[in-house]
Amino acid sequence: MSDAADQPVEDVANKVDEDALGAFASGVDTSVDYPLRVEGLEKSFGGITAVDGATFEVEAGSLTGLIGPNGAGKSTTFNLITGMLKPDAGTVTFNGEDITGEEPHEIANRGMVRTFQIARELSEMTVLENMMLAPKHQRGETLWRSVMPGVRDDVREQEEELLERVWEVLDFFDIAHIAEEYAGNLSGGQRKLLEMARALLTDPDMLLLDEPFAGVNPTLEKKLLEHVHELREQGYTFLLVEHDMDLIMNNCEHVIVLHQGSVLTEGTPDEIRSNEEVIEAYLGGNV
Amino acid sequence: MGIAETYSRGRQLAIERPFALVLAVIVVVLFGDLLRGLATGQTQFADIGTLVWDGLMRGLVIGLAGIGLSMTYSILNFANFSHGDYITAGAFSGWATTYLIAGLGRADIGALLLVGAGGSVYGGTLGIGMLSTPLAVVAGIVVSGGFAIALSLAVDRTIFKPIRNEDGITLLITSIGVAFALRYLMQFVFGSDVRGTTAQPPSVSLYFIDGTVFINAHDITLLVVASALMLGVHVLLQRTKLGKAMRAMADNKDLALITGISTERVVRATWIIGGGLTGVAGYMFILWKGTLGFNDGWLLLLLIFAAVILGGIGSIYGAIAGGLVIGLTASMSVLWIPSAFSRAAAFVVMIVILLVKPSGLFSGRATA
Amino acid sequence: MSVRDDFTARIPGGDAGLIVLVLLGTYLAYVLAGFVLGYTLRGQLNSIATLTFYIGVFAMLSLALNLHWGYTGLFNIGIVGFMAVGVYVTAIVTKPTYVAGGAAQVGGLGLPLWVGILAGMTAAALLGLVVALPALRLRADYLAIVTIAMSEIVRFSFLSGELQQFQLFGNRVGFGGGSGLILDFAPPLEALLRGVGLWNGYLGFVDAFQVLVPRNPKPVVDGLVYGLLLLGFVAGFYWLLKRTGESPFGRVLKAIREDEDVANALGKNTDRFKIKSFMLGCALMGLAGILWLVPQGAVTPNFFRPRVTFFIWIALIIGGAGSNTGSVLGGAVFAAVLYQGPRYFQNLVSAVFPNLDSPSGFGQAISPLISQFDPVPFLLYTVDSIRQLQLVVMGLVLIWLMHNRPEGMLGYRKETASVIPLSRPKSMTADGGSDDSVRTDGGVDAAAQGGETDE
Ligand SMILES: Nc1ncnc2c1ncn2[C@@H]1O[C@H](COP(=O)(O)OP(=O)(O)OP(=O)(O)O)[C@@H](O)[C@H]1O
Ligand SMILES: [Mg+2]
Repeated sequence: MSDAADQPVEDVANKVDEDALGAFASGVDTSVDYPLRVEGLEKSFGGITAVDGATFEVEAGSLTGLIGPNGAGKSTTFNLITGMLKPDAGTVTFNGEDITGEEPHEIANRGMVRTFQIARELSEMTVLENMMLAPKHQRGETLWRSVMPGVRDDVREQEEELLERVWEVLDFFDIAHIAEEYAGNLSGGQRKLLEMARALLTDPDMLLLDEPFAGVNPTLEKKLLEHVHELREQGYTFLLVEHDMDLIMNNCEHVIVLHQGSVLTEGTPDEIRSNEEVIEAYLGGNV
Repeated sequence: MGIAETYSRGRQLAIERPFALVLAVIVVVLFGDLLRGLATGQTQFADIGTLVWDGLMRGLVIGLAGIGLSMTYSILNFANFSHGDYITAGAFSGWATTYLIAGLGRADIGALLLVGAGGSVYGGTLGIGMLSTPLAVVAGIVVSGGFAIALSLAVDRTIFKPIRNEDGITLLITSIGVAFALRYLMQFVFGSDVRGTTAQPPSVSLYFIDGTVFINAHDITLLVVASALMLGVHVLLQRTKLGKAMRAMADNKDLALITGISTERVVRATWIIGGGLTGVAGYMFILWKGTLGFNDGWLLLLLIFAAVILGGIGSIYGAIAGGLVIGLTASMSVLWIPSAFSRAAAFVVMIVILLVKPSGLFSGRATA
Repeated sequence: MSVRDDFTARIPGGDAGLIVLVLLGTYLAYVLAGFVLGYTLRGQLNSIATLTFYIGVFAMLSLALNLHWGYTGLFNIGIVGFMAVGVYVTAIVTKPTYVAGGAAQVGGLGLPLWVGILAGMTAAALLGLVVALPALRLRADYLAIVTIAMSEIVRFSFLSGELQQFQLFGNRVGFGGGSGLILDFAPPLEALLRGVGLWNGYLGFVDAFQVLVPRNPKPVVDGLVYGLLLLGFVAGFYWLLKRTGESPFGRVLKAIREDEDVANALGKNTDRFKIKSFMLGCALMGLAGILWLVPQGAVTPNFFRPRVTFFIWIALIIGGAGSNTGSVLGGAVFAAVLYQGPRYFQNLVSAVFPNLDSPSGFGQAISPLISQFDPVPFLLYTVDSIRQLQLVVMGLVLIWLMHNRPEGMLGYRKETASVIPLSRPKSMTADGGSDDSVRTDGGVDAAAQGGETDE
């Protein structure tokens, strides 16, 4: 059991090593420390300014929290970073390259993948199909390879490899028992798990999670958090939107507070906890 | 500095909106060609005048029928492919009435009611026209509107209402079924021949720079009726409570529910207004062009869709403006391209608009 | 899960078995009706050939549409446009070169038919690309309007006098305007058999057939063999689409149909996939159009009215969008019941009552019913107008389906989008599913231990 299960960790470890070597080879690049930089991001919808000059950085290998009252612009910021929306102004830099205005798939292929606040499972596909979709650079995604006799054997081979990984990740997220189920039949919490598992299968460097624990039961939430910590130690970077203050304060090393579309303040959980402005913003937001 | 700035701005435009730039170039070239034609005397001003007038008339019909399509599109959230056959149905009902009144005692009632199916009686023989048989025409207009209302309400009740909450595509496919059933039922009843419906209406010739433009009584009737109805819809939507409810619902169904507006009432009002205008548009279309066939509405439908998309779905002013643009395009395109392609030109304009500004010219102002 | 599943599970051969079963049932019904009509063997064979022909073309077309709509969610209602381009380009490439004084007004390039077919399919795919590039990002209903507008533009172009004839590579070619084109070259069956050197053998077979059909058996045999050839093409389409669907490519298409943004966010260039799927479907539609019209010997632009597009939609919806088996079944049922059925019924009536005079118009038909309660003229008129009423019936069937069975006979796509079955690989031990196993088998031993101590 554990033999097979060790696989993904080794993969991940290898990947991190390679990345480190790559960084060495290409010389010292300061941006490696901050894979994601967001500067002066702006977006308005008709009359509403959802994001208003948001500027922040996310440190490599960190678990950074992004908090703010409802409507502060957190999800919109995610959409702008991942290319789902085009910003009115501002820039997004990932691993030292300007990715502003790129298409979502280009950004995902650069290694930054997001999950959605309202889980967007592909409901008429099974959990397994959802998962098999995710891995990047599948040979069979080229039409002729999938169809041509002979060449299709290569595709089959890769599918077999992917399938093993998929089952490992399913086990990892404790959703192997619903593998054959249509994603549309899952509970809210299970959909969240599926989304995170699916995002992980794309082999990202950085994950943007939009309220990943909403609807997930406390026991599972705890387990997931452990996994997040493990992954982070292996070199993944996380940006996490979450309304549960305790969760943020206990798990993130750095917290960014968004209020009315711009960064109100940022710092360590302790600094944020004692910040008057933040308390004000939350109270104000609730009134 | 100035030049450099203009240049760089132009460059930016070219990169960001290549379609818009290409479009601008094409428009400039076409107008240049037109001016050259006028200057060298190849094209006459009066020809252009005639085409513009023709396009305007066509545009009024398209715009009038487009209002209904645009309203149902935004309020009920689907592209109604049976709309064209409501036009035809309105036209047949209205023209049956006109024939009956104009020809009572002069021809067999059955033949009159079937609008002279199979060449049993001709509109020209009956001398039908706005000035010659005004009562018959006015009654026809009223009946065409009323029948189209009844038809659209009946179809809605039996066919669209049960699947109101399905997605737009389900409704769209269903409406194709409705279109088929209606069209070929009309063919079954009224036959497949295209009949002449009116006697030659009297016309005035206007002197226009280097020639004459003819304007006949039915052109004027169409202009008056269409303008009056368009004005009426404007007043209705802007001034009445019902109109405000309809606008609210086009914007946001859930919001409209919260404000306590009965959705079904709004839907009914939509069909009544849209259906009525559509039926009258069908009648006026036939009065204006003087022939009637079971395919007329369907053939017009794609142009109406073009107009509605052009104007922005949900906007009645957009539908009217879009109708005029499409009508003028279809008519005036013969200045540059063979007439076989005039409808194609209208579609191309629509496709271009979808590329440049998919939300339409009057976007963002639903049913207003 | 559903009744349907149990039902298909009980049929030997699964999906293929179901298709064969439905086809056999249909043929049996036609043959029985033929017996009632007292058809000769020749008549029976001809009606079987015609039926097979339409089953073949509608099955092919609904399979191609299934790739667009069922797999990818692309709402294409311009199918005839792609068929038309396929047919016309094939005609221009394959027609013999123009000779003054010949029967044909215009000539072609005089190349072999297979070159023509490839060119036709390529042209249809390229037209697909032209439509797709701007329109694929649009909402489904806009794509619908753009595609149907495109199909009408294509028809107008072929109708226009300006393109009636023109010069291509020094040859006088053209679309022939409203009167269309004579397809004065060997039909597909002959071209194929000649190509593989079986033509003489085939002619021998035709002669042998004289035992069954004494006089001039060739048209009968041609029809039957061509029907079989079309069924072979249906099998080919089916195979191609099944492989396309059951692959990583098909998986992305399925994801696009479900939620394009998600596929995009997972790093799939969805536009690329949509364009490829669209072009492939268009090429197949072009091919189906070619196989439908080239054997007819002539083609006119007005064949390609939008109603043919809706026939194919009805076929697909009857069978169930998303399922290849459903597409074939839908094509077969549409062809047999809605398309050929009424015509066959009309023949049946006129065979049983040979010398009936039906009224020429609705007026003459309805007035005896009203004045003398005599329904006979009305019924006769109804039977006589069956080709129009058939379309009314199709409309009603479409409405009924959307109300009661929008997922069609076979329902939404159930085929798993992968090359291999996705069950847990044998090499991996089955997971107990207990809580503990998660932590340990996450493979992250240290942290997992930590988790346990936390609890
Ligand atoms: N597509 C859109 N169109 C119009 N307004 C939008 C759109 N998306 C977001 N908004 C508005 O932008 C503002 C910010 O929304 P956003 O979803 O980013 O907030 P959030 O911080 O994620 O809130 P929550 O914590 O509730 O998820 C809100 O006022 C919202 O109504
Ligand atoms: Mg949010």
